[in-house]
Amino acid sequence: MVKEIERAGLPVVHIATVVPISKTVGANRIVPAVAIPYPLGDPEKGKDKEKKIRRNIVEKGLKALKTDIDEQTVFEDE
Amino acid sequence: MNKKIKVIYYLNQFFGQIGGEEKADIPPRVEEGPVGPGNAINNALGDDAEIVKTIICGDTYFNENTEEAKNEVRKVLKEVKPDLVVAGPAFNAGRYGMACGGVAEVANEELNIPVISGLYPENPGYDMYKNYAYFVETSNSAAGMRDAIPNMVKLIKSFIEKDGELGRPVEEGYMPRNLRVNEFADKRGSKRAVEMLIKKINGKDFETEYPMPDFDRVDPEDPIENMADTKVALVTSGGIVPKGNPDRIESSSASKYGEYDISGFDGLTAESHETAHGGYDPVYANEDPDRVLPVDVMRDLEDEGIIGELHNKFYSTVGNGTSVANAKAYAQEIAEKLLGDGVQAVILTST
Repeated sequence: MVKEIERAGLPVVHIATVVPISKTVGANRIVPAVAIPYPLGDPEKGKDKEKKIRRNIVEKGLKALKTDIDEQTVFEDE
Repeated sequence: MNKKIKVIYYLNQFFGQIGGEEKADIPPRVEEGPVGPGNAINNALGDDAEIVKTIICGDTYFNENTEEAKNEVRKVLKEVKPDLVVAGPAFNAGRYGMACGGVAEVANEELNIPVISGLYPENPGYDMYKNYAYFVETSNSAAGMRDAIPNMVKLIKSFIEKDGELGRPVEEGYMPRNLRVNEFADKRGSKRAVEMLIKKINGKDFETEYPMPDFDRVDPEDPIENMADTKVALVTSGGIVPKGNPDRIESSSASKYGEYDISGFDGLTAESHETAHGGYDPVYANEDPDRVLPVDVMRDLEDEGIIGELHNKFYSTVGNGTSVANAKAYAQEIAEKLLGDGVQAVILTST
């Protein structure tokens, strides 16, 4: 899906837990997520902390969308 | 080969008869002898081979803790020293296919133990790990078990008979491994090439000796320059839908996607939304759907002026077992609608 949306002319960031699958399906901008049942959260951390984790991942996604790339890039923690 | 060969069998939590998605996070465990589909394989192999141990691991565990899971598998393989590893079949189950492939990588690449498994060709585990195992082609769901097991048994028998020297993919019934093997031909290359060309000109079938690899890649789009002026949309394969799943998107092999309005939503809640996805434990997504589709955070970013606007619709389908052709078609339609609505960038979340 990421590939087809990008092919249509929209930049996409793929926030995905299993990064190797994201690479195989051809996503160009990839941000690793937390876990399969909760990619953008962590139920054990409590509401506030969990939202911070989610915000952090989404911000990484926005950063990825702002970054010029030539090939598949995984945006890890810096 | 006259002695009975030793086989280690790999299964996920479901076929390993431990449980469904709620058990997908279990670390590897080892059982003596065959389990689940292993019984049918073991019986069919009779005196030629024996499944001595079965490794069972949760699909989510394997994919989230790949190195730990591989360590466990490595330990068992080193201890037992099997002649062959059999894994799956995993059909079109993505995490299971990736796990079978990961096991194959450890066995074949590191320990030189051959691996036989079964996958649907679109399973990402095939593309990723085809070098490391002989993958029999299966149907896309476990309904194909009745054919998958005899096909895998046939390949295992041939493997034993030929002392591990299996022939070509088409002859033996496994999917291409992207490996080139030297062999002697009775005609030289120029003659074979001309023969193929003549067949091609006459519109007849011919079999190429070197298929071109299929690199379907899309060049990255130019980056967004000014996020504060950008309209961003959310799309997910994680199956988030309004409570009650009004479009009845299937929990696996989805035949459709949904388009849902989120104007007025500051975030998603257990009361307003849920997941339709059947490929992961839904408890956490149902409790707070923002964990899959981050509407709450996107609203904050919109309020703070960090993004221009959050698109008032999101698009959702279930990635679990959905065919590539369908996913492609949904995404093309979704992209067209997004472009029509003036969306400039997309965040796509996957579980």
